[in-house]
Amino acid sequence: MTLRPILLGGLAAILFSSSALAARMDLTIGMVLEPPGLDPTAEAAAAIDEVVYANVFEGLTRIGPDGAITAGLAKKWTISEDGLSYAFELREGATFHDGTTLDASDVVFSLDRARAEDSTNAQKALFSAIEKVEATGETTVVVTLSEPSGAFLYNMGWGDAVIVAPESADTNKENPVGTGPFKLDNWQRGSAITLSRNENYWGEQAKLDKVTFRFIPDPAAATAALLAGDVQAFPNLPAPEAIAQFEADPRFIVAIGSTEGETILSTNNKKPPFDNIMVRRAMAHAIDRQAIIDGAMFGLGTPIGTHFAPHNPAYVELSETYEYNPEKAKAMLAEAGFADGIKATLKLPPPSYARRGGEIIASQLREVGIDLEIIPLEWGQWLEQVFKGKDYDLTIVSHTEPNDIDIYARDDYYFQYENPDFKALIAKLNVTAEEEARFDLYRQAQQIITDDAVNVYLFQLAKNGVWDAKLNGLWENSPVQANDVTGVSWSE
Amino acid sequence: MKNALRNKNFLVGIFLTGFILAIALISFVWTPFDTTKLIIADRLKAPNLTYLLGTDHFGRDIFSMVMVGARNSIAVAFFAVGIGILIGVPLGCWAAAKRGFVDELLMRSSDIIFAFPALLSAVMITAIFGPSATNAIIAIGIFNIPVFARVARGAALSIWSREYILAARASGKGAVRITREHILPNITNILVVQGTIQFSLGILAEAGLSYVGLGTQPPDVSWGRMLNEAQTMMSIAPHMAIIPGVAIIVTVLGLNLLGDGLRDLLDPRLQRER
Amino acid sequence: MAYYIVRRLLIVLLTLWVASVIIFAMLQVIPGDPAQLMLGINATDDSIAALRSQLGLDVPLLQRYLNWMSGMMVGDFGYSYTYGAAVGSLIAERVVVSLPLALIALTLSTVIAIPVGIFTASRRGTATDTTAMAITQVGIAIPNFWFAILLVYIFAISFRLVPAGGFPGWDTGLWPALKSLLLPAIALALPQAAILSRVTRSALLDTMAEDYIRTARAKGLTAQHVLWHHALRNALIPVLTILGLQFAFLLAGTIIIENVFYLPGLGRLVFQSIQRLDLMVVQSVVVLLVASVILINFLVDLAYAWADPRLRREG
Repeated sequence: MTLRPILLGGLAAILFSSSALAARMDLTIGMVLEPPGLDPTAEAAAAIDEVVYANVFEGLTRIGPDGAITAGLAKKWTISEDGLSYAFELREGATFHDGTTLDASDVVFSLDRARAEDSTNAQKALFSAIEKVEATGETTVVVTLSEPSGAFLYNMGWGDAVIVAPESADTNKENPVGTGPFKLDNWQRGSAITLSRNENYWGEQAKLDKVTFRFIPDPAAATAALLAGDVQAFPNLPAPEAIAQFEADPRFIVAIGSTEGETILSTNNKKPPFDNIMVRRAMAHAIDRQAIIDGAMFGLGTPIGTHFAPHNPAYVELSETYEYNPEKAKAMLAEAGFADGIKATLKLPPPSYARRGGEIIASQLREVGIDLEIIPLEWGQWLEQVFKGKDYDLTIVSHTEPNDIDIYARDDYYFQYENPDFKALIAKLNVTAEEEARFDLYRQAQQIITDDAVNVYLFQLAKNGVWDAKLNGLWENSPVQANDVTGVSWSE
Repeated sequence: MKNALRNKNFLVGIFLTGFILAIALISFVWTPFDTTKLIIADRLKAPNLTYLLGTDHFGRDIFSMVMVGARNSIAVAFFAVGIGILIGVPLGCWAAAKRGFVDELLMRSSDIIFAFPALLSAVMITAIFGPSATNAIIAIGIFNIPVFARVARGAALSIWSREYILAARASGKGAVRITREHILPNITNILVVQGTIQFSLGILAEAGLSYVGLGTQPPDVSWGRMLNEAQTMMSIAPHMAIIPGVAIIVTVLGLNLLGDGLRDLLDPRLQRER
Repeated sequence: MAYYIVRRLLIVLLTLWVASVIIFAMLQVIPGDPAQLMLGINATDDSIAALRSQLGLDVPLLQRYLNWMSGMMVGDFGYSYTYGAAVGSLIAERVVVSLPLALIALTLSTVIAIPVGIFTASRRGTATDTTAMAITQVGIAIPNFWFAILLVYIFAISFRLVPAGGFPGWDTGLWPALKSLLLPAIALALPQAAILSRVTRSALLDTMAEDYIRTARAKGLTAQHVLWHHALRNALIPVLTILGLQFAFLLAGTIIIENVFYLPGLGRLVFQSIQRLDLMVVQSVVVLLVASVILINFLVDLAYAWADPRLRREG
């Protein structure tokens, strides 16, 4: 009589406590785009790194959540006096997922493959400073540069520079074999990729045993999936309009971080009338950044005045250089000889920041007499027409590559901007290794492009992270395109 | 006329279609607000006295957008049906007059077009020429060509076998003249009915294409695009999704009822008790 | 009959060939370079050239067409540029979503529509009939994607009864997989059901007006008896024709619904592949879809010809 309830109670207690003690071990992460393949050394798509970076593949160095360089497969390194020679010492006991051991020859293979003549690496420029790569022992590698490169260690932390094995390099696209704490479990193309824990990982074991990346391109579906609990984290939710709703919901944590994405109104500096600096400056005065951030991004995003990330220590606040003043813009246009207005095109790639932002910009510029025809493009067409063909007047795009102000010094880049002073500055920067000196050069560079009003600098793209309140360890910012889940766990 | 007043389908259909048409026409001269002007500060307002149907995420008046959207939807569907009639009907009449190889070629070509999944083909067409209202018209129009060609051919064939056509041929009239004088006047009714049906399908197709971002482009307004934009804001601004949807339903419903009514009135042979 | 079949078969092959040329030609003029798209904005020109030759894009056009066609003949659909996987296996992965979805939607639509059609036909002119027909008119006018959005917000988000979208895979069990196909199937099925029930009703009314039915009625059989025992069977042909059409539509025409529910189906595969310029996937899948429609039509024609010898002489 009295035994039963006690037994039952005990049983319930056991059940209850065991379910409370055993923390959840799986996680489903939502992503907008599905990676086309899983080899970060073969394609540019950010989605590849967002699945495999640090989770499946590792490089010599690694970029942490704060953007700092930390040790990766190289546990330490020494740099020669002249800055030309880097000696890396590799981790002992690191193995690839197929059981083979990582040694110096794999590093030589990976770096040589990436910089080879017939390489299809999307960021080949990362390796351009390398003169030769030599194995000096089982676990030691020396990389010799042709000229000092201040960014070399950082470059080696990119997803495009991860270390792969010769045996599996060609099939990594479908079946990635890396050295990371997770390995590929299952790929349901068009739907999801599941990673499972690599029990033989050389370092600290991951806390989760299964991580699924589910691909949901549609902003509404993404919001719905989070609300319904189908995915427990969306590191970059494509629906800024839904953020307020998640903020009000105690089940979720909203982390608005920053990205390396400078969202700009790119301008063809060689195409009349945009070759006229007065016209470009007038445009800068005609655009109300805050209205764009509010209207297109629902208030999420930081106004910028130059091509540099606000969270970078070398950032210069220039967003008030050309204050919003439509009357002044009109007067400047009239002075430049365009009192009757300007007709131009605005070519927009698919992301909503571009499509929505473009609508607002077109409406703002119409107020000062610049009449824009909006032409929406798919990425393929955008790359061909705008980026390669330079057949455009204006376009909106977010430049997500970190520290990429040097693109303004490139010959024939799609901005069609040419300024010898700026080129000289970047040349100097490339051979400067001392941090404070580099910062100073970066500051000067920012000032030049803002003075020249090369493009209209709109805002830094925010990273709108939303995840289950019980999750710990997800990145709030994205110094590199990654969803590093190696340190993620469930609380309770 | 008396018949028309007794036909409920026709009456409701003409009322709804006329209403949407009127809104579309009025939008050319007047809308409560300018839909190209964005007032970000007034965004996502629920329906109120200033904005009768509320505002969207750019602070545009939804009532005005529905009006402008009506004219864009109607324009796309109208021109798409126009393409179908202008190209399809002559082809169908030609095939009916010539028979034989021409006829066979036409039927097989229309088989090929029908075999293509319509939406996928529209996606391919817009991938080539870029998304725009014009290309949406072309994509929808191409699928209207075989529809009208087949309907015209079928109807024309049955008239060609009539005795008075034989008499006309005996009197030396050529195929073109016979088609113009005898065939076309007799197949107009059936084409009008088919035209109404294709018109309503065109409205739905335009909405679908614009919904996936391939049809009408900003700053022009389309009901499909409004739905696309509204979808993510369903829980914060449901009016944004519900209103354009209702506009589409009313329009398509009106056209379908009108089509049914017209069929009953114009073509007693096809009349079915419904 | 044999002559008829051979002739029709030749036409089918010719049609397929023309369709393949059209598709191939269309894809060649889509602007954009797949290699450039895959490598992005920082790629060097020689990386892009290397990738182009890897993908076989540096081969002359005609050669590429012939390679593709000769592959198709032996069931090799080529390799996806972006996934690197065989197109055949990609299709196989997607068909297990698209086909069940189409079948469920079709079943659902039939199960709703046929009884409604019969019921309203047997009560022609009553208030029930008028109301039901008014509802079907509205049903036809509803855009299915709009309906789908409403369904998601009611059943997935407000009540949390079913997932908002996605497909867990059949290996997670029958019920979770079916559950995720439920809302999309309903969204697809209801507008279809509206059409089908109207067709069923009018087909029934048409046959009821035929002479032999009148004879049966004249013999003193009740209207209900005639409807169930004579008219229904004969009304089946137009109903089946519509069902065939709807099935073909459902197989490829679900792109929008697949997008609302982010289902990994065939339609979305093509849609995404066009955006990614993964031309090999697009051309192979579209040709297969076109071929299946042409084949279904061919079989339907054969069935008709078999049933009605008069049709064999026409074409």
